[in-house]
Amino acid sequence: MSDFVTFLIGRMSFEYLPTDPATIGAAIGMPLGVLAVAALITYFKKWKWLWQQWVTTVDAKKIGTMYIVVAILMLLRGGADALMLRLQTAVAVGDAKGPFDADMFQQVVTAHGTLMIFFVAMGLVFGIINWVLPLLIGARDMAFPVLNSISFWLFASGMILNNFALVFGGFSNGGWLGYPPLTGLEYNPGPGVDYWIWSLQIAGIGSLLSGVNFFTTIIKNRAPGMTLMKMPIFTWSVLVTSVLIMLAFPILTVTLALLGFDRTLGTHFFTSDSGGNPMLYINLIWAWGHPEVYILVLPAFGVFSEVVATYSKKKLFGYKSMVIALLAIMFFSFIVWQHHFFTMGAGANVNAFFGIMTAVIAIPTGVKIFNWLFTMYRGSIHFTAPMFWFLAFVVTFTIGGVTGVLMAVPALDFQVHNTLFLVAHFHNVIIGGVVFGLFAGITHWFPKIFGFKLHDGLGKLSAILWQVGFILAFIPLYILGLMGAVRRLDSYDDPTWQPLFIVSGIGVVVIALGMAALIMQIGYSIWKRNELKDETGDPWDGRTLEWSVPSPAPHYNFAVTPTVTERDDWWYRKQRNDTAYLKSDYVDIWLPKNSAVGLLVGVGAGMAGFAIIWHLWWLLVPALLFVVLVIIRQTMNDDDDARVSATELFHEDNLGRRA
Amino acid sequence: MSRGLRLAVALLLAFVILGLFAWLFQGKHIDVLSPAGVVADEQRKILLFALILSTLVVIPVFGILTFVSLKYRASKRPIDYSPEWGESKRLELIWWGVPIAIIAVLGTVIYNTSHSLDPYKKIAGDTAIEVQVIGLQWKWLFIYPDYGVASLNRMPIPVDTPIRLVLTTEAPMSALWYPALGSQIYAMNGMESQLNVKATKLGQYKGYNTNINGEGYAKMIATADAISMNDFLKWTSNTKTENNLLDMLVYEEIAEPEIVRDFKSYRLDDTSIYDTVLMRNMTHGAGASMHHSPGATHE
Repeated sequence: MSDFVTFLIGRMSFEYLPTDPATIGAAIGMPLGVLAVAALITYFKKWKWLWQQWVTTVDAKKIGTMYIVVAILMLLRGGADALMLRLQTAVAVGDAKGPFDADMFQQVVTAHGTLMIFFVAMGLVFGIINWVLPLLIGARDMAFPVLNSISFWLFASGMILNNFALVFGGFSNGGWLGYPPLTGLEYNPGPGVDYWIWSLQIAGIGSLLSGVNFFTTIIKNRAPGMTLMKMPIFTWSVLVTSVLIMLAFPILTVTLALLGFDRTLGTHFFTSDSGGNPMLYINLIWAWGHPEVYILVLPAFGVFSEVVATYSKKKLFGYKSMVIALLAIMFFSFIVWQHHFFTMGAGANVNAFFGIMTAVIAIPTGVKIFNWLFTMYRGSIHFTAPMFWFLAFVVTFTIGGVTGVLMAVPALDFQVHNTLFLVAHFHNVIIGGVVFGLFAGITHWFPKIFGFKLHDGLGKLSAILWQVGFILAFIPLYILGLMGAVRRLDSYDDPTWQPLFIVSGIGVVVIALGMAALIMQIGYSIWKRNELKDETGDPWDGRTLEWSVPSPAPHYNFAVTPTVTERDDWWYRKQRNDTAYLKSDYVDIWLPKNSAVGLLVGVGAGMAGFAIIWHLWWLLVPALLFVVLVIIRQTMNDDDDARVSATELFHEDNLGRRA
Repeated sequence: MSRGLRLAVALLLAFVILGLFAWLFQGKHIDVLSPAGVVADEQRKILLFALILSTLVVIPVFGILTFVSLKYRASKRPIDYSPEWGESKRLELIWWGVPIAIIAVLGTVIYNTSHSLDPYKKIAGDTAIEVQVIGLQWKWLFIYPDYGVASLNRMPIPVDTPIRLVLTTEAPMSALWYPALGSQIYAMNGMESQLNVKATKLGQYKGYNTNINGEGYAKMIATADAISMNDFLKWTSNTKTENNLLDMLVYEEIAEPEIVRDFKSYRLDDTSIYDTVLMRNMTHGAGASMHHSPGATHE
């Protein structure tokens, strides 16, 4: 090829088009799906609506909805990956071949982990935070609404880039945290690892910006009277999470960048020769990776704190303990990362230190569980779908906690590390904690965002199916791990393992049914939205400020900024019959205008990522320049908000409360 | 559904699942729980101890969960419903205190066993036999420098004798784990890690690579062959008389990335192979030339 062609197309070539039937199907299906959606939008003439109401919105609630939609789509893809993995292990014993070859299987493993953590769990967490954080503290929006939109579009951009690997180039086969030297140039010269690096890099920067935004919002935008110790616990959990994000995500950014430099510039940060050191990478990625686990699970804890108190019709037990526990977890989560590699040979004292710190984290976590249980004690519990998710959480998470404490003992970890025991453990805490928690949160706050409730029965069915499927899918993995089955195993010799793998596969199918029930719940509720309509704005007899405004919450959240006098302010205002405002309470407010900056930054960043992956240097420079210029232009934009008059607010607010 | 029916369905489901697992696990051999080495045996004891310790928390959690869920349902109109009751120093002291006490006990166990079962720690007994292990894409090579032999994918060891493994790789990071003998350790290019084991029962025990290192990763299984000292010495002397030799040239062939699952024994003609491999990956990898030269992938 001539130099010019190489300059133009980088390292793109036809050999990177998919060749096996499953991938070809996905590679054709995904763009067709996108086209079909585009055609529907055109047919129903919804482009303008889409642009004005969603793409350029800076309303945190809508951004939250977009996060959740993306997360659920990715959950379906990650779930399909899980089905494929367990299909393979159900058949690939001895000489029997599964549907995938080893390389493809490892790509699916990597994609499953990457998608589930970065685009599903993170998406659900950020979605819920965007939905309710401003509402919970009596604020109209995030501190930086446009930045919030930028965060979302960076997340979406990373997601699209990540999925595009399926269509062109293939994905990384290096595991979800991509340890070098396997992901280094020497062993992995293709574009797969680069897709992994740059899609996460883009999404990760979005997450970092979100952390800054959430933190500032909580510090600066609380309603008058809401001192830190009067904040709902969910807000506390977000505060702690945003501190973790701000401290941990820069580490991820740097680590991925250095690995990217090794691969594109020929540096030697993490190579095993020429002075590089892959152990440095493993330390760095977990110095981010362990706090990341808490970034995901703490908001879920926060959700449960609100859910349990609301449906037990009782004050949250041990508020101060809950705050202390959150702060303790925040602190300790930064000094446990080495427990992910006790087996790297760091020596007895180092292992002992990190092992003890890890065990110590179980204390505040255990305290939280007891506080929830004692919130229920002497309560009057309504077992709605969110409470079903809570029950499933306690059972699942406690088992996960026990196996976690077992692995905190380095001497024991040497027998279970990197086996299916470990896989079962972290699914126990991440599905049991994060996923169940956020599903509870979605069900709980859905009426506040959309104006109608989710069908309760289907939600309970989903929780039961997830719980049963979970037990079937993961208990066998614990046993398999103790029998010697390691993780990321595409085939095995021992035929006595097969029945366990088959049961595990059945479990995944049951979880898939649970997911189907959840989708049905959403679909059915949309269909029956008039019957499920929330007329009062307070369908659960709630405790916190978000239930004081009509459902769906107006784009300005609060027509009148509330003044807070105590914890669970709304609960006590209802008791005092102090729920209405005088006409003179309404004043003019200024709201941020829609902005396309987020989308433009996302597009620019996606192009830049694509350019690095395929070595299209002519594209990289203008793409980065474009991002910088869009941001500079935005800093000069003074016409970024619009007035809503007091009269208008008064009128709308009282119309909303008509019922 | 009536409450009785719901309870019946739930109980039935629980029994079906329990029955299923009972059936699944019957007659299964679980290496970690039926160890054949001193280290694995200690680890099994710690596992059981830690499990019992954790029931001190788990049983109360499940007990209280069941109790409050049954007693405080809104439909039962609980008579001691007290919506403003949200603090009790005494109660909270219990569930800060008890877990702290449990973790203090566990912390002591963690500290002690981190030292006593440190994989680098020599196992008491006779002088350990040193085995040099090289992880390759995708096979394990075991070199016995003191006996002048080597073995591929199989590690014959005398029973009741401490074995000291020193490990490196000429492959992406790998790890060697014999669940029946106990403990795993990472092995890396240009670096040396150690693992000490001692088999207490005759038998063949599988060793797995726990860290993904490319396509053939799942097939990288080496067997530890725990035999009597006599048989071990017989094996070394027989191997030395055979013509199957291992020198650097043969090594380079073995090191080619390829799944090899056969057992092979070699007469060791070059005792410096392990050191050569270790050193050359530390500086600029001659190992790299076997795979892709980093420079070659830049257009």
